[in-house]
Amino acid sequence: MHPFTYSRATDPAAVPGELAEHAHTKILGGGTNLLDLMKMGVERPQRLVDVTRLPLAKIEEIPAGGVRIGALARNSDVAESPLITKNYPVLSQALLAGASPQLRNAATTAGNLLQRTRCYYFYDPAFPACNKRIPGSGCGALEGQNRIHAILGASEACIATHPSDMCVAMAALDAVVQVRGPKGERSIPFKEFHRLPGEHPEHDTTLATDELIYAVDLPDAAWAKNSYYLKVRDRASYAFALVSVAAALAVDGGKIRTARVALGGVAHKPWRSEAAEEKLVGASADEATFKAAAEAALKHAKGYKYNAFKIELAKRSIVRALTQVSGGLQAA
Amino acid sequence: MDSRNPDIIGAPLDRTDGRLKVTGGVRYASEINVPNLVYGVIVNSTISAGSVAGMDTKAAEGSPGVLVVFTPFNMPKLPKQSSMGAGATPAAKKLALLQEPDVNYFLQPIGVVVADTLERATHAASLIKVTYDEKKPLTDLVAHLHEAFSPGQIGGSDKKPADSSENAPTAALHSAPRRVEQIYQTPIENHNPLEPHATIASWDGDRLTVFDATQGIFTTRQRLAGLFGLHDENVRVICHYVGGGFGSKGPVWAHTMLAAMCAKEVKRPVKIALTRAQMFNNTGSRAHTHQSFGVGADDSGKITGIVHDVTNNTSTFDEFPEQATVATRMLYACDSIQTTQRLVRLNLGTPSYMRAPGEAPGTFALECAMDELARELKMDPVELRLKNYAETDPEKKVPFSSKGLRECYQRAAEKFGWDKYKASPDPRSIRDGKWLVGYGMATATYPTNRSQSSASACINADGTALVLAGTQDLGTGTWTVMAQVSAGTLGLPMNKVRFELGDSVLPKTPVSGGSQTAASTGSAVQAACGAVLQKLIAMAVADASSPLHNADPKDVTAANGRLSLAGDPSKGESYAAILTRAGVPRLEVKSESAPDKEEKKKFSMHAFGAQFCEVRVHEDSGEIRIARWVGAFDIGKRLNEKTANSQIKGGVVFGIGMALMEKTVADDRDARLVNPNLAEYHIPVNADVPEIDVIFVDTEDAHINPLGVKGVGEIGIVGVPAAIANAVYHATGVRVRELPLTPDKLLVGAA
Repeated sequence: MHPFTYSRATDPAAVPGELAEHAHTKILGGGTNLLDLMKMGVERPQRLVDVTRLPLAKIEEIPAGGVRIGALARNSDVAESPLITKNYPVLSQALLAGASPQLRNAATTAGNLLQRTRCYYFYDPAFPACNKRIPGSGCGALEGQNRIHAILGASEACIATHPSDMCVAMAALDAVVQVRGPKGERSIPFKEFHRLPGEHPEHDTTLATDELIYAVDLPDAAWAKNSYYLKVRDRASYAFALVSVAAALAVDGGKIRTARVALGGVAHKPWRSEAAEEKLVGASADEATFKAAAEAALKHAKGYKYNAFKIELAKRSIVRALTQVSGGLQAA
Repeated sequence: MDSRNPDIIGAPLDRTDGRLKVTGGVRYASEINVPNLVYGVIVNSTISAGSVAGMDTKAAEGSPGVLVVFTPFNMPKLPKQSSMGAGATPAAKKLALLQEPDVNYFLQPIGVVVADTLERATHAASLIKVTYDEKKPLTDLVAHLHEAFSPGQIGGSDKKPADSSENAPTAALHSAPRRVEQIYQTPIENHNPLEPHATIASWDGDRLTVFDATQGIFTTRQRLAGLFGLHDENVRVICHYVGGGFGSKGPVWAHTMLAAMCAKEVKRPVKIALTRAQMFNNTGSRAHTHQSFGVGADDSGKITGIVHDVTNNTSTFDEFPEQATVATRMLYACDSIQTTQRLVRLNLGTPSYMRAPGEAPGTFALECAMDELARELKMDPVELRLKNYAETDPEKKVPFSSKGLRECYQRAAEKFGWDKYKASPDPRSIRDGKWLVGYGMATATYPTNRSQSSASACINADGTALVLAGTQDLGTGTWTVMAQVSAGTLGLPMNKVRFELGDSVLPKTPVSGGSQTAASTGSAVQAACGAVLQKLIAMAVADASSPLHNADPKDVTAANGRLSLAGDPSKGESYAAILTRAGVPRLEVKSESAPDKEEKKKFSMHAFGAQFCEVRVHEDSGEIRIARWVGAFDIGKRLNEKTANSQIKGGVVFGIGMALMEKTVADDRDARLVNPNLAEYHIPVNADVPEIDVIFVDTEDAHINPLGVKGVGEIGIVGVPAAIANAVYHATGVRVRELPLTPDKLLVGAA
C-alpha cells in the first residue's frame, strides 16, 4: 500500500472544495472495496477523506413522494428498512443477494454505486494490460479468461462488468443520484450515472472528481411494490452474479401497463433494457411475451470465448424473473 | 490385563482445545511473540517463464525500516549439495530460493524484503522494479498431451510403478459387449486452509528455532537441517496449532527456507507469512488431471476389462504424479486392469498432495464411469458395484484386512431411501416445480497408512500422567484423541492426563498426512502408555508393602488411577500410593511403534465408504443445490465419535467444493493465475451445504494396527464429486465429465 494522508470530514459542504483542491483524493466510506484495491496497488490515492461521520445515513420519505436514501446508509440498513421492503422489494432483495452480512454492515450506498469491476485483469497489477487501470494498455480479458465478463455494451477497449446488485435494482427503479460539487448540486438520472466503456473505460461513472454523492432518491411508484430480484451465481451465496435480473410489472385488465427490466453481471453498467420493456408494455403477461422481451433484451448481445452461455442464461433469467413478478404462471 | 478403557477411547468428547480456539486463545505460528522480530515479505514474479534480467532495489533499500533486500543477485549461495531443499520423495520439493534468476511460474519468489514492520516491508517490496527476459510459457495440459512422459513411479513412501497391466486389458475392454469409454477431467485446485502458511525463524549461533505452520514438524526439521548442513538436534521446530492443511502444509515450501536464510543474514528472528495470493502456485495444488477411462462388462454386469490412463501437469523443474489410478487398481474385482500415469510440464507451480490425492480425482472418473456402465446395462448402480465386489485386492492379490463396504452400501442406501431412485431411474423423471431432482451414489476408498512413530508416557507420583509425542494437530482433533488414547490406556480419567504435542524436542512422529496420525502416533501413544503401566504393575507386585504383592501381573487391572486385583477389587491401591511409597517421583517409558511388515504383506488395508446424495438442478439456470447427503463408512475403530464424524463431514464439504465450484484458473496465453483469492476461487459457503448424515459401520480388524483404526481425514471427500455428477445426470440427463459442475455446463441449448 502506498503512503497516504487521512482526514475526517466534518462538514459535507466542505468536501467538494477539498476534492477540487487536491488531486488524487479518494472518499472513504465503508472501505469494503477501496481498501482492498489500495492493498492490491490498483488504487493509489494520496489522500483519503473519511466521510463516515457525516450525517448522511438517513433513509426517509420525501415529502413530495418517494424515498431518499442517504449516501452513508449501510447496505444492511437499507435492505431492512420498512420504507424499502414495503415499497421497493426488488432493492431489498438485491442488497441481501450481495456480499455477506459483515460486508453489508460496513458497505455504504454511495460506495456501492462506485464499486469497481471484479475483472481479474483490472484487480491484479501483475497483468500488464488493462485499459481501465492503465489507459492505453489494452484489454487483458478480451481474449483471456472472460467467463465473468460483459455480453452487452462492451467495447474492444473493455469488457468488464459492474459488480453491484443494488445498482441493478436502482436502475430498474429509475433512481436519481444526488450529488454536490463546488458549484452546487445536481441530480443524475440513474441510467446516466454509470457509463459504457467506449474508448474510456477508466471512467466508470459520470461523477466529476470533485463531486460528492449525498443521496439516492427513489421515485414514488406503485409498480415498484410488485418487483423482484433474481440472481444466478456459481454458489448459493457470497458470489458475484453471473447474471441477475431486476424486474417490476404493473398489470391492468390483463395487459402490462408498466414494466421494468434491468440486468446485472452482463455489462459495464447496470443494464436497463428498454427494448425488453417495450415488448412488455401493452402485451399480456404471459410466457410468450416474456420470451419476446428476453429476446429483445439480448438482441445485440455478444459472447466471448468463455462467457457466451450468459446470453442464454440472461434470456431464461428474464423470463424466470418476469414470471415470478407476474404472480406466477409457475413458481420460480 | 486389558488396559483399554472403552468409556474414554471412542467417546464423543469435546475437543480439549475447543474452548481455547473459539475464544481466540490459541496462538498459531505467525502469532507467536518473538522478541526482536523483523518481517520478511516475498517479492513474486509477475511472469510465468523466463528469467529476471534486473531488479532495481534502490528505492526499496532506502525505504524507512528496511534492513535488507534479497534478490537472486545478492542472496548468499547455498551449498550445492543442499539442492534447493529437494530430496528423494515427491514431498521434498525443489524450491525457488533466490539461487538463480530463472522464472518458472507466476508468483515465484524472486526476492525478499526484510523490514522492521510488515507494512514497511510490504511497501518497500512494491517499490522494486523488475525487468525480465520473457519466454513463451507452457500453459495448457490438453494442448501438450503429446509431450507427456512417464514418471516411472507414483506414490509417496509406498512407491508403485506408474504403469500396471494384466491379462490384455485393452483387448478385454474392446471385446466387451457393454462398455464405456470417456475422457474425464478435474481442474487445478488449491487447498486454501483458513490459516495461511507462516514461519518465524531465529538463530542462536548454529542453533535454529522455527515456529512453522506445518503438517510435519520433523519434515521441516529435516529439510532445514539439510539446507544448512546442521545436525537434526540443532534445529527445533514448534507448531502447536494448525489452521488446516489438507496436504498443503505437508511439504516444506520456499517461505520456510527463506525465513531461515534471511534470519541468518540479518541476525534477528524473521517472520514470513504468506498472503492468500502467495499461497497459490507456491504451496502446491491439486494437479489438472486428464483421465481416459474405459470399462467393459458382459451382459450380466461382470466387469471384464478396465483401462485408465491419467495425465497431469507438473512444473518445468520438478515432478509430481497425481496418482489418480490407485483406486482403479484395487476397487473392483477384475483380472484385466491397465493403468498408466503420465506427466506434462507446464509453467505452473509444482502440484502436490491435496486431501485424498489420487483417490479424489481418480474416483471421479472411475465412479462416473461405473454409473455410465450401470445405465448402459440398465442396472441399479449399487447392484453393479456389488456384482463386482472385490473380496481380495486385485492389485496385491491378497485379502483385505477387513472390508465393511457391503454394509456401507446397504446401510447408506437404506437411510437415504435409494428405493426412490430404483423406482424412477430415468433422467429428468423427478421434479419439484422448476427444480429437477436427481439421486446419485459413489464408492469411497482410501488406504490405511501407517509409519514408524514414537511417544513417551510418564506416570507422576501425584497420580497424574504426562504423555508426549511430537506430532501436530491440523485442526482434526489430534490433541483430543491422543489424550483419550492415553487416558484410556493408562486407566486414568481425562483430567489426570496431560498430552503435549507440536515440538520437535518431543518423541519423533511422522507427517500428519495420508490419514495416518491415529494409526501411527496413536499406536505409539498406546504402546508407551501400556508399557509404563506395566512398569507400575511390576513395581507394585514386587513391593512387599503393596496389597498387590506377589500378584500375577496378568490379574491386575487399572482403572481410575488405581490398580486392583481383577478377582477382588478391594485389593489394590492408587498409582500415587505406589510411587510415593517407593519414593519414585515419576515413572517414564518411551516407545517406538512401527507397522507390522508381515501383516502388510498378507493383507490389503483400506477404509471404505458409500456416498449417496440428492441434488436439485434448476431447469432454467443450471444452478445445482445439494439437498441431502448420506454416507456410510468403514473406518475401523473411532478414537472419538464426534471428531471422526466432523472429519467425514468436512471431507464431504470439501468434495462439494470440488464438485461444484473449485478451479484455479490460469490465463491460456501466459499462465498467470486470474483467481488467486477467495472472492473468485469459490469454496462452499454454508448455504451450499446440506445436512450431512454420517453412518459408521463397525468392523473388527485385528491386522491393521493395535488401535484398529483405518484413518478418517481423507475418505470423506472420496466419491463425492462422482456421486454429485451421477445425481446431476439423473436429474437432467446431462453428463458432465469435467469438473467443476458450474451452471453453464447444465444450460442445455446455450452456446
